[in-house]
Amino acid sequence: MSTTGPRDASSRAAVALAAGLHPPVALRVGNLRVGFGDASADDAVRGVSFEVRAGECLAIVGESGSGKSVTARSILGLAGAGARVSADELSLAGESVLGLSESAWRRRRGRAVGLVLQDALASLDPLRPIIREIGDSLRLHTRLDRAERSRRVLEVLDAAGLAQPELYAGRRSGELSGGQRQRALIAAALALDPPLLVADEPTTALDVTVQAQVLDLLEEVRARGTAIVLISHDLAVVGRIADRIAVMHEGRIIETGTTAEVLQNPRHAETRRMLAAVPVDRPRGSRLAPATAVREPVVAHPPARVPERLPERVPVSVASRTPAAEPVAEPVIALEAIGLSKSFRGPHGTLHRAVDEVSFRLPRGSTLGIVGESGSGKTTTARLALALTAADAGEVRLLGEAWSTLPERDRRARRSLVGAVYQDVLGSFDPRLSVREILRHAVAATAGSSSGGGSAGRRATAARVSALLDDVGLAETLLDRRPTDLSGGQRQRVGIARALASSPQILICDEPVSALDVSVQAQVLDLLDELQHELELSLLFISHDLGVIQHVSDQVAVMNDGRIVETGTAAEVFRAPAHPYTQALLAAVPRLP
Amino acid sequence: MLWAVATVTFFAVRLIPGDPAEAILGGPGSQTSPEALAAVRAEYGLDQPVLVQYLQQLGRLATGDLGRSYALNMDVGPLVLSQLGGTLLLAVLSLGVAWLIALLLATWSTGRGRMAARIGTGLEIVGAALPHFWLATTLIVVFSVWWGVLPPISTADARGLVLPVATLAIPLAGFLGQVMRESLNTALESPFVLSARARGESDRGVLWRHALRHAALPAISLSGWAFGSLISGAVVVETIFARPGLGRTLLNAVTVRDVPVVVGVVMVVAVAYILMTIVTDLASSLADPRPTEHGNGALS
Repeated sequence: MSTTGPRDASSRAAVALAAGLHPPVALRVGNLRVGFGDASADDAVRGVSFEVRAGECLAIVGESGSGKSVTARSILGLAGAGARVSADELSLAGESVLGLSESAWRRRRGRAVGLVLQDALASLDPLRPIIREIGDSLRLHTRLDRAERSRRVLEVLDAAGLAQPELYAGRRSGELSGGQRQRALIAAALALDPPLLVADEPTTALDVTVQAQVLDLLEEVRARGTAIVLISHDLAVVGRIADRIAVMHEGRIIETGTTAEVLQNPRHAETRRMLAAVPVDRPRGSRLAPATAVREPVVAHPPARVPERLPERVPVSVASRTPAAEPVAEPVIALEAIGLSKSFRGPHGTLHRAVDEVSFRLPRGSTLGIVGESGSGKTTTARLALALTAADAGEVRLLGEAWSTLPERDRRARRSLVGAVYQDVLGSFDPRLSVREILRHAVAATAGSSSGGGSAGRRATAARVSALLDDVGLAETLLDRRPTDLSGGQRQRVGIARALASSPQILICDEPVSALDVSVQAQVLDLLDELQHELELSLLFISHDLGVIQHVSDQVAVMNDGRIVETGTAAEVFRAPAHPYTQALLAAVPRLP
Repeated sequence: MLWAVATVTFFAVRLIPGDPAEAILGGPGSQTSPEALAAVRAEYGLDQPVLVQYLQQLGRLATGDLGRSYALNMDVGPLVLSQLGGTLLLAVLSLGVAWLIALLLATWSTGRGRMAARIGTGLEIVGAALPHFWLATTLIVVFSVWWGVLPPISTADARGLVLPVATLAIPLAGFLGQVMRESLNTALESPFVLSARARGESDRGVLWRHALRHAALPAISLSGWAFGSLISGAVVVETIFARPGLGRTLLNAVTVRDVPVVVGVVMVVAVAYILMTIVTDLASSLADPRPTEHGNGALS
């Protein structure tokens, strides 16, 4: 990477400040309001003001629906069709851009301000080579000819830290790795060296090691004097590079301050709640969400309970929280994998070993966390454990008996012992069914004919559906909603309820909280923890998020390239990682101070 | 593929009531002596068991010999080829015009507000639902009978092509337009379009450089199928507009149970269809160079 000058721009800015030289203001926003409907009461952005100076990174953090993305897009005049945008001030580098015509905006986009979105796979045209995507900025704003544009694109890619740009420039986003793609996307935004860069969740879909590289790149960009507005839901990511943080909630900025102030000494309750929900370095058994939030409140909850339950947020030691598995006798092994291997045929006919000699044991009542980056074989392992995919070699045993080696016909009777919770829970529901129907189907599928038909059977099913809803803390009023009308957290609760319908002993969770906001994630994790104790569940918990894994797991297995490279108790693996891959993974995780 | 077509056609023609030997001697109803019938059956091999006839025909087809027409008493090969040009011209022109209409309608009506989208969708649905025979008759009544601007029967010059092409192109444009509009809307809402706008791309640039290509993909894949439907539509259109071509040849042959001609036309159409599928597959992989999961351009 081509770094020049001091990396720490904040210190440079401090020097400039001490010398009485303020860096110029790159962006000033005053009382920005953005709405989409007619009623101004539910505007997405309700009077937001901030400014960013050259060489400074301002992070806007908030949960989904807080209005942070709309704010970001309004800076480029791209709030969307039908958006009502008004502001007292909106200026780029001192020049007001309020009420600009569309063509005037177009001349500024890409040159005065660049935008980086999340998920470069979708944010770069999948049909066009990146050299043309990046070259478009040059074509639109300069008079360079084709050859000069190509040369400049290669320079920009090089500056964005893409190794061997000549080799990759002709490829399309789908032919690049996640990190290469995100670098290309950043390069496209930086092609004309705009003084302001707006980055909307630039690292959200990335693996932690790649995320660390992209954050380094953004830090370099800032060190070169570019002002950055970083939009993120992830306080730990923001903590790594932001100079100042603005916390958004329901369309307003509820708190601003330097990064250290906001993260270490948050003033607003909402900020404190968000910080508490981050499961980094939170040992097993500690609560993430305020106690009352675990059972999703529908009516106002009695405030008297809050102080009463608050002490539970204090970390409790692992030993005192595992009553199900007292180490008196040899614990029952709920699920055991012995030498599992699975290969898939690659695009060029080559065999790719997705899972390679994987063995693990999941003692009853405990949680085994499998952590790894994308492509490490986690999900294939989950499918092998569910016996949905046949292994090439090795076997899975369920409660000490044969499982994966049985023919499906013999397995079906015991399928009810294993439940599954997925990341894309919405995609796993039939969108035309209501919550009631989804759960009723799940209950009926396991009850089979045993409950009998007729009204007695129907009543039994209805009672079971209510009990499931109660288990996962959902109100009965949601029964007639469709999954698309539910919030992400509610959907995942329905997904868990469905997995519990068969009264399983083992729950296999594949990235169950990855699509959720951190405070919702906290509630779902707490719910899983509670259910585990109530129902003595054994959990196989798969995630890419090290913080989540550390929080939920008794035992941890780290996967890389289809192999388990390290296993141990959560404390061992996270305090003293033995394998170099685990060490690299842990080092890449952004941490809260 | 061709073998399957030949087999299905061979047995399907057998389901048409009537005796082919009678057809050879002047069609059903003509007074023919049993001796003459027997002689004809022997000459054309019709006295053989069905299976033998089937194998004989396959053998002939394998060597490229399409046989002799019963009714017209000429070789099928030259007959079919002489008619092929007219039908291909009709089909290709209709496909082109349908694409043009669909593209214009889809690009005009997206991003122009709800009213335009509704008009576009409405036109597409109505267009796609129009049956060829009704559309042909209506066009004749309006343009030839009332206004007298275009000939009601197909003539050799370009003017004679307008109504037949319009008849075939309008319903197809409805289908293609529906598919294009949907993928165009998806493309316009995708993050890469937002990225492009953030670089300063204009609406027209977004459309030409990004969205249209995505919109065209499913319509290109659909064009192979569309070509087949155009050929079958040609049967109706050629009959109504009294236009020479494969469609009319096929219809006449079926009426008089002229098995070799029926088989010949169907085989030629099948070959044309396969060629067209290859062309659309090539066009698809040109427009979308991403490798597919099951390899590129796989042909059934």
